[in-house]
Amino acid sequence: MTNLDYHALLPEIILAATVMVTLVVDLITRRKQLVAVTAIIGMFAAFVPVTTLAFCDSLSFCTSSGAERVLFDGTYVVDSYSLVLKGVFIFAAFIVLLVSVGYLGSDRYYEGEYYFLLIASTLGAVAMASSRDFLTMIVALELVTAPAFLLSGWRKGDSKSNEAALKFFITGVLALALTLFGVSMLYGLTGSLLFADVAAAAPGISHIPLFILAVIFIILGFGFKVSAVPFHFWTPDTYEGAPTPVTAWLSVGSKGAGFVGLLSVVYLALPSESAIWGPLLWIVAALSMIVGNVVAIQQTNVIRMLGYSSIGHAGFMLAPFGAAAASGMTDLSPLFGATVTYFIIYAVMNLGAFGVAIIIGSRVGSYELDDWRGWRRYAPGVTLMLAMFFMSLAGIPPLAGWFAKFAMFSATIGVGNWWGYSIAIVAAVNAVIAFVYYAKVIRATMFDPVPDGVDVAELEAKTVPGTAGLAVGIAAFGVIVLGVFPGIAAELGSFSTSMFAALGG
Amino acid sequence: MTISQFLLLGSALFSMGLYGVITRRNAVLVLASVELMLAAVNINLVAFDSYFQDQLKSGQMLSLFVIALAAAEVAIGIAIVLMIYRNRQSADVDELSEMKG
Repeated sequence: MTNLDYHALLPEIILAATVMVTLVVDLITRRKQLVAVTAIIGMFAAFVPVTTLAFCDSLSFCTSSGAERVLFDGTYVVDSYSLVLKGVFIFAAFIVLLVSVGYLGSDRYYEGEYYFLLIASTLGAVAMASSRDFLTMIVALELVTAPAFLLSGWRKGDSKSNEAALKFFITGVLALALTLFGVSMLYGLTGSLLFADVAAAAPGISHIPLFILAVIFIILGFGFKVSAVPFHFWTPDTYEGAPTPVTAWLSVGSKGAGFVGLLSVVYLALPSESAIWGPLLWIVAALSMIVGNVVAIQQTNVIRMLGYSSIGHAGFMLAPFGAAAASGMTDLSPLFGATVTYFIIYAVMNLGAFGVAIIIGSRVGSYELDDWRGWRRYAPGVTLMLAMFFMSLAGIPPLAGWFAKFAMFSATIGVGNWWGYSIAIVAAVNAVIAFVYYAKVIRATMFDPVPDGVDVAELEAKTVPGTAGLAVGIAAFGVIVLGVFPGIAAELGSFSTSMFAALGG
Repeated sequence: MTISQFLLLGSALFSMGLYGVITRRNAVLVLASVELMLAAVNINLVAFDSYFQDQLKSGQMLSLFVIALAAAEVAIGIAIVLMIYRNRQSADVDELSEMKG
């Protein structure tokens, strides 16, 4: 037993400590703001070791054994890929925390427990990025979703929130059971739960039908988690019914954890079997893009629309997986990097969009687009932000969204065969369809007249909660910087693929 | 006893659980069906583990974790179902269809 590398585990240790401290602070004080402050400080503290680990080579105090730190006999690895995603998850949780402070203060909510559960969920997502065997992955995945089940039902008296929680819970546990059944079969065929061992054994057994079934079961389970069509039916209802900051976390944290799991399983445990999972994910990606974007056009509720939009974006993120279907693919790293790049940009702009939606929604008291008309009259700044995030989601330069789409297109077309071309064509058509409903929101808020019976002076007098404004500002800064200097996101994406070199291909 | 008998038992339990999740209307029974699916997973894992004589006992380790996870899931599930029952005096899944579109 070698000494434990505490530096590599520091983000998780700090988050776990924060979980405990928020509970204690909640018990000893009546001022719930203090709990929020504790949580935000903890989140900030957890981000520091992520950066020191990432820049370990250029730091004098950091005793490095290379970029990759293997812990617990290879079940837990801190490498470039996990560090990038840990950073994104902590950033996302930070933004969600900032948005939550104003939201929870606006009504009678349980506050202390809310922060406790949100940080526990973040801890799960962070652990998910490092897990390199099925046991760690399943436990991390449940740590992400179990608190999220409770959070989505946080408005206890509201029947919509109840419905949201139950639908999310039932699909969540069903997905868990399906994934686990697949894992049990995979364990039976390979005799190991480690991704590396499974990857080594896979080529020899890929002709066995049970193996194909196991892969399908595992991907099915993750399909629910990333809310890809045809496993998406819970998504719009849960997104609409859950408290909106929780929805923001679900659309980035919970969905992101699902993507991390899928990336790890597919590219680390089954890299040689792209002929099995590739076509499957091609269909799922195409369906998600089409259904998500087409149904989003008909939505009148903005949160529901963002829910369908997130299904569509899941499709865009799955497109590189589908392009890998071509047999004889040896270098999967560009496809892997494209999904990571897309996810980083999606996280920033989607959190921004939700942040603005929460600011507007809690002031109007409704998320119906009809009630949002003419917002420019009483809050030009907020409306401008809204327009910016929605344009970024639509993929208009110079906002960050364009580069996410560009990275996805260049990776899928770069495959150089019809699996890649066809999914790129589907994605291109859907990028145009997506513009329709994003533009609908921008038009309604920017140019439509104010609806009758709205007290403009009263709405004008209200101010944006400081923390939510800060969160939206950070996201807006991110969207602009990532759009004008897309090299940053590309760098993070390719940094995440450098672990492929360590694996030897 | 051969491994295939255990696997048959596992698949049968899993199928029954899946059928229950899809057809049952009472949320508590849906929960029970999910438990059945997780039990099937445990049977598979332990059967494979003893078949391999796995030195690391990873199958049995995972099944222990699955038992713990299942317990946590039930606690959360019952909490959610109770909350719904308080508001509606019913735990019927089909009645929960307020949101559409």
